[in-house]
Amino acid sequence: MAGKTLYDKLWENHLVEQREDGSALIYIDRHLLHEVTSPQAFEGLRLAGRQPWRRDANLAVPDHNVPTDSAERAGGVAGIADPVSKLQVQTLDDNCEAFDIVEIDINDVRQGIVHVVGPEQGATLPGMTVVCGDSHTSTHGALGALAHGIGTSEVEHVLATQCLVQTKMKNLLVRVDGKLLPGVTAKDVALAIIGEIGTAGGTGYAIEFGGEVVRGLSMEGRMTLCNMSIEAGARMGMVAVDDVTLDYVRGRTYAPQGEQWDQAVAAWRDLHSEEDAVFDQVVVLQGEAIRPQVTWGTSPEMVLPIDGTVPDPAQIDDPTRRAATERALVYMGLKAGQSITDIPADKVFIGSCTNSRIEDLRAAAAVVKGRKVAASVKEALVVPGSGLVKQQAEAEGLDRIFIEAGLQWREPGCSMCLAMNADKLGPGEHCASTSNRNFEGRQGIGGRTHLVSPAMAAAAAISGHFVDVSTWEEA
Amino acid sequence: MSITPFTQHTGVVAPLLRDNIDTDAIIPSREMKRVSKQGLGEGLFAAWRYTLPGGREPQSDFVLNQGDYTGASILLAGQNFGCGSSREHAVWALREFGIRAIIASSFGSIFYNNCVRNGLLPIPLDAAQVELLAERVVRDPQQQRITIDLPAQTLALAAEPEGILSFDIREGDKQMLVEGLDGIALTLKHAEAIDAFEAQDKQQRPWVYL
Repeated sequence: MAGKTLYDKLWENHLVEQREDGSALIYIDRHLLHEVTSPQAFEGLRLAGRQPWRRDANLAVPDHNVPTDSAERAGGVAGIADPVSKLQVQTLDDNCEAFDIVEIDINDVRQGIVHVVGPEQGATLPGMTVVCGDSHTSTHGALGALAHGIGTSEVEHVLATQCLVQTKMKNLLVRVDGKLLPGVTAKDVALAIIGEIGTAGGTGYAIEFGGEVVRGLSMEGRMTLCNMSIEAGARMGMVAVDDVTLDYVRGRTYAPQGEQWDQAVAAWRDLHSEEDAVFDQVVVLQGEAIRPQVTWGTSPEMVLPIDGTVPDPAQIDDPTRRAATERALVYMGLKAGQSITDIPADKVFIGSCTNSRIEDLRAAAAVVKGRKVAASVKEALVVPGSGLVKQQAEAEGLDRIFIEAGLQWREPGCSMCLAMNADKLGPGEHCASTSNRNFEGRQGIGGRTHLVSPAMAAAAAISGHFVDVSTWEEA
Repeated sequence: MSITPFTQHTGVVAPLLRDNIDTDAIIPSREMKRVSKQGLGEGLFAAWRYTLPGGREPQSDFVLNQGDYTGASILLAGQNFGCGSSREHAVWALREFGIRAIIASSFGSIFYNNCVRNGLLPIPLDAAQVELLAERVVRDPQQQRITIDLPAQTLALAAEPEGILSFDIREGDKQMLVEGLDGIALTLKHAEAIDAFEAQDKQQRPWVYL
């Protein structure tokens, strides 16, 4: 019999009951909550007269709606200008108090994007099942956890039962061999993978990311990679535990200590696929072949290397794909054959659960240091992923570098990723964005998103258009 | 919560044959800023359905605004329908609008689960079958209704009942839809098994239970 994959092991370790139709009851170790997808779940509990199964498994933090402007933020919940945003954040506070759930609230220095905060606090640990009412929960798989997004009915289900009814996925190994060239980051790897397998390529699979390139990534880089699993159609992506993982987890607030740490490490050392494990599908990319990536369309699979040109629908045989390409070009205001480097960056957004960790901010700061944002750029935001990331960045002087270059230094939150708070694109504006989705209207009505790495976004801010950060020297 | 059971359904079918229709398109974030499940139907497909952002004047070329598709309760779509965000608001909006079933060549997996928990039937068919159905339907949408029989796992054009197609669905999901069951109540029947798992797991992984 073939050896187990990492996913097989995580699944078996949490199996409460196997059902005849192939589904199973799976135990959930950690449930993260935020203000957008939880109110109706708490309301459901209330209506049914139910209580949380295990309160200490839950951790809540508001992120989607919180203002990132310092002045507005200073007023706490009461100071949120948008009444509906305020209502959602207030409702989370009220529900956490009513159901006795630990919340890191808007005024807490540890507040931030739930997928930054979880690992940062050690609330996400290797070997855990981690869920949250947010599709980018796949991020936490970077720690060797089984982590995925759920809908609000499932949020209620986890609150009430500490379990989910699930069907086991197939195993997909995405192996990135070799080395990355200078200027190429985890974000470029993630986009290149999606370009290769498509946004439905991972549907029905749990992805394990492996290979020399992945082993060489920091935890921040691995989180960026796993974060975008959902953009490849897979609910979950994960990376095997190694010393990088353990070094990251050690000493964090919710991480075990002393004897229990040693006991945990002994268990976590087993969190990798066996050498003789068989995957249902294997995709291999060569690290050296990956160039800095830029999306040109309205789906993350519409992506090209920076030296590419916008595709010509006339050259596409498949009618559905041709129509999708035509539609995307109209929405994005691009012409077939146009060079990616000719696309302007009207706005720049460095942040989101994909790219707002300290390493991302360092990479962006290194590019803008001593330079100025192009006059044509209307707004360039840097939004740290959490209050602790913000503190660290300020201790390193990154905030000064951004501000001197003409970028805005904001308070932590989801910000311009999804247009639920005040940070938005206007119609027709092109944005160099380090977020994860370039869907129509995602960053604001009529907004045109181009997904890139933090270094590429920073370079676009300085140049006013997309440039190859790996070879770029400002004239 | 009571969920409308789904057994048989006959309805008008609206073709929206694009791939990768994401949940941001089904309901933009600006339309889901509320703390209840009600009132979301208006925001369904807002960016495509209305002429102006935030407005409510119908965009005449959008399929659900065309007279032929008045009262549509079934959508026909391409691959990866409901990809992207986990927002269940997308499903609540579809249900409030009156959609009972979606036929697509594949679904985003979180969206699929959200459908099953809200009495909305997701039907995966291969792309060729979806296209064939769409071709038939556009000839006379009000006459070319589709009849779905969930217990039998079949569907057919009402005007061509002999052309039956079968579809797949997991037994547990089917049961949940057919009986309109509360998934939490079902799981709580297994509370002893959950207790037993926790008791044993606490010995093995005490650091999880802090």
